Amino acid sequence: MNRLSSAFAKPRSALVCFLTAGDGDTTANLDALVTGGADVIELGMPFTDPMADGPAIQAANLRSLGVGTTTADVFRIAAAFRERHPQVPLVLMGYANPMVRRGPEWFAAECARAGVDGVICVDIPPEEDDALGPALRAKGIAPIRLATPTTDAKRLPQVLEGSAGFLYYVSVAGITGKQQAATASIAEAVARLKAATDLPVAVGFGVRKPEQAAEIAKHADGVVVGSALVELVCEHGADAPRHLRALTESLAKAVHSAERLRA
Amino acid sequence: MTEQANSFRTQPDERGHFGDYGGRYVAETLMPLILDLEREYRKAQNDPSFQAQFDDLLEHYVGRPSPLYFAERLTEALGGAQIWFKRDELNHTGAHKINNCIGQILLAMRMGKTRIIAETGAGQHGVATATVCARFGLPCVIYMGATDVVRQQPNVFRMKLLGAEVIPVTSGAATLKDAMNEGLRDWVANVHDTFYIIGTAAGPHPYPELVRDFQSVIGKEARAQMLSRINRLPDLLVAAIGGGSNALGLFHPFLDDADVAMLGVEAAGYGLDSQHAASLLGGAPGVLHGNRTYLLQDEDGQITEGHSISAGLDYPGIGPEHAWLKDIGRVEYTAVTDDEALEAFQLLCRTEGIIPALEPSHAIAAVAKRAKDMDRDQIILANLCGRGDKDIFTVAEKLGVEI
Repeated sequence: MNRLSSAFAKPRSALVCFLTAGDGDTTANLDALVTGGADVIELGMPFTDPMADGPAIQAANLRSLGVGTTTADVFRIAAAFRERHPQVPLVLMGYANPMVRRGPEWFAAECARAGVDGVICVDIPPEEDDALGPALRAKGIAPIRLATPTTDAKRLPQVLEGSAGFLYYVSVAGITGKQQAATASIAEAVARLKAATDLPVAVGFGVRKPEQAAEIAKHADGVVVGSALVELVCEHGADAPRHLRALTESLAKAVHSAERLRA
Repeated sequence: MTEQANSFRTQPDERGHFGDYGGRYVAETLMPLILDLEREYRKAQNDPSFQAQFDDLLEHYVGRPSPLYFAERLTEALGGAQIWFKRDELNHTGAHKINNCIGQILLAMRMGKTRIIAETGAGQHGVATATVCARFGLPCVIYMGATDVVRQQPNVFRMKLLGAEVIPVTSGAATLKDAMNEGLRDWVANVHDTFYIIGTAAGPHPYPELVRDFQSVIGKEARAQMLSRINRLPDLLVAAIGGGSNALGLFHPFLDDADVAMLGVEAAGYGLDSQHAASLLGGAPGVLHGNRTYLLQDEDGQITEGHSISAGLDYPGIGPEHAWLKDIGRVEYTAVTDDEALEAFQLLCRTEGIIPALEPSHAIAAVAKRAKDMDRDQIILANLCGRGDKDIFTVAEKLGVEI
């Protein structure tokens, strides 16, 4: 069993925490997430044009690039994280261009070397899987796909084909950090997805508060929180780890203690 | 007619790829919608009433066909090949952009969409989009970089007069690519009722194809006009390239005419070794805004800002069909600096009594360089894709004149 499947194999739901690499003291910030109880770390690769992100993560991308973060830095952060936390799954999230710039094989090899478990690429849908998917699979890196409220039953098998790790359900048609979907629609969507796949289903976009996370954790195998954490990095700078740890603790408690309505 | 298999006019493939370029690199939320759009476009292509409505609007609303004009005094001044212009600057709204907007808004209405969004750089596509929205009574939101809003006040006011809401975009560098990012963010949140009218032959499939098809009216008319006026085809076609829609519109109907050479002119800005907007000559292949194409980017794949005196050309990408046409060598690409474009702008004003936009001024500068080395019985046809009224403030500032 690999790190990702172990994280989702527990009877309780998993907390997935996102931060943008190179925004603030990423080492200290990631450690705070782990100490706070995060089950999976999602590390954002900064990009100049983060089209699917709302203002909070857009700004984090620009702050990171503004201090000169490179792709090599992202992999250094990932590799160092893997050394400090041998068991915590680490997923890279980002956009196609920085991932394919030196060729998909180069990127997949770097992921493998750094101990990255999976990759979420926002703008490579299954139709363009050739651009990155085969290279990732060849190196045993999970290509994690996104399903959305617009992914209908006819299209879902195509999304699932070749995906691994977990299925990321984007709970709203929109960008990160903004709106939040009604719990009822999330429950229904998660049930639909789980009927179609054995992959764990994690739900994200617009999840900010422990109460919200707890509601979602009743249905989903994982809950993803991003913008709310990224905002703490922006707000508190060097003092961010303390705040990140506190929010992660409350989120983890909510997610881990939520009573699963579906096994 | 060349056999289908050897034709340059059968791209893209069924996945929307032009060779290695193009494709559908979008977030999952948008995939079902762009698949819908493709289905609807295929139906429209086979629907004579769609074509008839498009043609009727182009004739009676846009003012097509646009004239084909022999520029006698410019030809004399340059002392080489004969220079002809396709006069798309005489279209309603003053540029070629409207051809595409008419086609796309008809598609939007076929799909039952009730809200239109678009991005704009210089404001020409924004004005054209606001125009067709007013014409058909649909609400219109235009995303425009805050920097461009300041630089292009007259067009901002035009859009507002036409009833559009203009939203200044402050993220990133606050120019065209950031406006496009914001347009995509709006679209992803409003897929149920919103149609995104993309302004150039780029973006996810089927946009590059359908924008090219709508703009191909330029080349189809020009080809027929050449044959009926002088019973021959031109030796060289020239057009400016930002995203590349006016150039593709002119080139595409001629691609299988082996004796017709083609030259696409990018913006070299301050020079190709300095800041420029020449994605093909100074960029590298990558993925942005839904398609794989040549991009201005650094070694990590971060997108870099383009610069050109022409706000319509300073986009860091290029339509994927141009990327393909460059790689296979069917079209030659060159670049012209701000200063050369400014000189060509003045040359056309004085020799022909036509104030061109700064975008086609780049094409005219390239024409001026080539014409001299060609014989007097050879013919260059350039696309005069926009008029210069919008640019007089920029030009005055560059020339050190206070208006």
